[in-house]
Amino acid sequence: MSNQQQSQESHEHGSIKSYTTGLILSIILTIIPFGLVMTGALSGVATLAIIMIMAVVQIVVQVVYFLHLNEGSGPRWNMISLWFTILIVAIVVVGSLWIMFHLNHNLMVGM
Amino acid sequence: MFGKLTIEAVPYHEPIVMVVLGVAALMGLAVVAAITYFKKWGYLWKEWITSVDHKRLGVMYILVAIVMLIRGFSDAIMMRSQQAIASGGAEGYLPPEHYDQIFTAHGVIMIFFMAMPFMVGLMNIAVPLQIGARDVAFPFLNSLSFWLTMAGVILVNVSLGVGEFAATGWLAYPPLSDIQYSPGVGVDYWIWSLQISGIGTLLTGVNFFVTILKMRAPGMTLMKMPMFTWTALCTNVLIIAAFPILTVTIALLTLDRYIGTHFFTNDMGGNQMMYVNLIWAWGHPEVYILVLPAFGIFAEVVATYCKKRLFGYTSMVYATVAITVLSFVVWLHHFFTMGAGANVNSFFGIATMIIAIPTGVKIFNWLFTMYEGRVQFTVPMAWTLGFLITFTIGGMTGVLLAVPGADYVLHNSLFLIAHFHNVIIGGVVFGYLAGFTYWFPKVFGFKLNEKLGKASAWCWIVGFFTAFMPLYALGFMGMTRRLNSYDNPDWHFPLIVAAIGAVIIACGIACQLLQLVVSIKDRHKNVDETGDPWGGRTLEWSIPSPAPFYNFAHTPVVEERDAFWHMKENGVSEQKPAEYQDIHMPKNTSAGFFIGMIASVFGFALIWHIWWLAIVAGVGIFVTMVLRTFNDDIDYYVPAAEVERIESQRYQKLSNQA
Repeated sequence: MSNQQQSQESHEHGSIKSYTTGLILSIILTIIPFGLVMTGALSGVATLAIIMIMAVVQIVVQVVYFLHLNEGSGPRWNMISLWFTILIVAIVVVGSLWIMFHLNHNLMVGM
Repeated sequence: MFGKLTIEAVPYHEPIVMVVLGVAALMGLAVVAAITYFKKWGYLWKEWITSVDHKRLGVMYILVAIVMLIRGFSDAIMMRSQQAIASGGAEGYLPPEHYDQIFTAHGVIMIFFMAMPFMVGLMNIAVPLQIGARDVAFPFLNSLSFWLTMAGVILVNVSLGVGEFAATGWLAYPPLSDIQYSPGVGVDYWIWSLQISGIGTLLTGVNFFVTILKMRAPGMTLMKMPMFTWTALCTNVLIIAAFPILTVTIALLTLDRYIGTHFFTNDMGGNQMMYVNLIWAWGHPEVYILVLPAFGIFAEVVATYCKKRLFGYTSMVYATVAITVLSFVVWLHHFFTMGAGANVNSFFGIATMIIAIPTGVKIFNWLFTMYEGRVQFTVPMAWTLGFLITFTIGGMTGVLLAVPGADYVLHNSLFLIAHFHNVIIGGVVFGYLAGFTYWFPKVFGFKLNEKLGKASAWCWIVGFFTAFMPLYALGFMGMTRRLNSYDNPDWHFPLIVAAIGAVIIACGIACQLLQLVVSIKDRHKNVDETGDPWGGRTLEWSIPSPAPFYNFAHTPVVEERDAFWHMKENGVSEQKPAEYQDIHMPKNTSAGFFIGMIASVFGFALIWHIWWLAIVAGVGIFVTMVLRTFNDDIDYYVPAAEVERIESQRYQKLSNQA
C-alpha cells in the first residue's frame, strides 16, 4: 500500500467541468447515429459512414475526458498502452472485416 | 411474480440429478454444521469473507478452483463412461438432452470456473510477494473480483437444481443458442454466469496490471522482474484487451434472446458467422491467458530446483511478449472450415505456426536451465518434466491442425479434443498444480507431502496419455466430438481405454486431496521455519512462512535479478533491521461480498425473467457501491511495536535453527 513509487506519482484528475463536457459530448455523439437510424433520414451507406465516424470520435472523447491521456507529460506506459490498444483494435477490426468479407463472398450472401 | 420459474423447473423426475443434489446438500449441511459446531462463523466472516488480503483471496480462489475441478471432472467421468457403454447404437445411461448439458458444463466449468480462478489465485498469492509489495494496487477491487467470480460459480451450480444448463457446447454458437432453438433458461444461465464472472476477471486484469507496473520494490526494473511476474503482466494485458470482446459478444447474444434483435439470427440480416468470429477473437487470447502464467511457474520451478539462474531470461521475456501479441492474429484457425477461402486460411494457418517459435524458445530455455544443473526431483519438478513431454506433443499436434487442409479432415473430430486437452492438461493444469505445491508453504507455513504429490503427478501423467492418445486415433478413424451414442463398433475399444485413463486421472485427483489431508495432519513435521524451504531465488522467500499479513516489514531494495538469491550471496538476507516503522494497510470490507451475492441474485432474476427482483438487485448493487465510495474509513496503521513483535518471533526461530 504505502509503496514508495506510488507516492512519487502525482495523479492528474479531471475537474467536474471536464467530466461534464465529456458526458455531454458522449451523449450527443450517441444520439446522432441513433436518430439517423430511427428516422432513416440518410441512405444506408451514408448512415453507416456517420455511425463509424461518430464511434471513432467518441473513443477519442472518452480517452481525453475520462482517461486523461492527453497530457503529454504522462508516463511512458500510457503511450505504450495506447499504441498496444490501437494495434489490437486494428487487428480485430480489420481482421474481422477481411474474414467476414470473404465469408460473405463465398457464401454469396445477398444474392 | 416468479417470471418463468415454476416448481417444474426442479428436475425431481431425473434420479441422477436428484442423487447428485442430495449428496451436495448433505455435504453442504455437514460443512455448515461443522462451522457452527466449532463456532467458526465469526472467524470466517472477519478473517476470510471480508478479507482484502491478497493471500487470503488467493487461497479462496484456489479453493473454488479445486471444488469446481471436482465438479467438472465428474462431468468428464460421466462422458467417458457414457461413450464406453453406448456402442453399436446402444443408448447408454445419459439421454441426449442431459449429455449435451454435461459436455457444455464440463467445458464452461473447466475453463471459466476451474482454470481461471486457479490462475488468478496463484497470481494473488505470488505476484505481490515477488515484487515486494504489501498488497495489490486496489485491495477492495480484488475482493470484489473474487465475489463476482463466486456469483458466476453460484449461478452455474444453481442451474443443476433449478432449471437446466446450456446444451449448446461451451461457446454457445448461434443459431442453436438463439431463443428460437434454445427456448429454455440453459443459455441464460450460461450468459449471466459468464457476464458476471467476466466483469470480475476484467477488474482483476486492471488490478494486477497496475500493481505490477506501479508497486514494484525500488530497484526492480522490468528486466529484473521474476519470470512469473512477467507472464502475469502479459496475461493481464491479454485479459484487459480480450475480455471486453467476450462481454460485447455475449451482450449482443443477450439482446437477441431478450429483446428480439437480429445480430446473430438466421433471418432479418443477422449473421451467426460474426458471432463465431468475435467469440474466437476473445477465445484464442484466452488460452494464452491461461497458459502464460503456467509458463511463468515452470520458469520459477526449474530455476529453483536446479539451483541455477534461468537460462535465457531476456529471450524468455521477449518470447512471452511475442506470444502476447501473436495470440491476437490466429483466431481464425478455430473456424478454417467456415469457408473464408484459401487466402484467409493460409494467412491464419501460417500465423498459427509462427507462434510455435517463441513457445519453442521457452521449451529450450527450460531444458538448458536443467542442463548441468543440480536437479532436485521434487513434486513441482515432477509436474514440470511431465509438462515438457506432454506439452511438446500437444504443440506438435497443434501445428498439424494449423494446416488448413489437415484441419478440414480433423475439424470437430476427437483429434481436436485430444489436442486441446493435451495442451491444457499438460500445460495449464500441470503448471498450476506445480505452482500450488511450490507456493503452498509460503501461505500455510508447512510443506505438502512429497510421496502423495509424486503419486498424484504420476497418475495424472499416465492417466492423461491413457485417456487421450486413443482420442487422437479415434479422430483419424472419423469419430466426431459430442456424440452420446455411435454405431461404429471399431470405436468401442479405444473408448474403453480412454475411460480407463479417466479413472487413472481420478486416482491422481484423489491423491491430491489425500495429500492435503495428510499434510495438514502432519503439519508439525513438515513445518517451514525459515521461510525459504526450497532455497528460493525471488523475494517471496525472503519473508517468513506463513507470510505476515503486511508481507514485508521493510520494503526490500532490489539490485539484481533473482533478488533474494543475491541477498543470500551477500549475506544480508538474515540481517535484522535496526528499527521498524508503522505500516499502512487496507481495512477489511464486506462491500465486495454483498455486491457479489446481490449480483448472483441479479443474474438469477434475469435468467428467470423475474423483473422486479432484477430491479431490486440492480438498485442494491448500486447502493452498496455508492456507500462504499463514500466510506472514508478504509485504512489503518499497524504500529511499529506490533511489527517488531511479529518480526522478532521470526528472527528467534532463525537463531534457534542456527
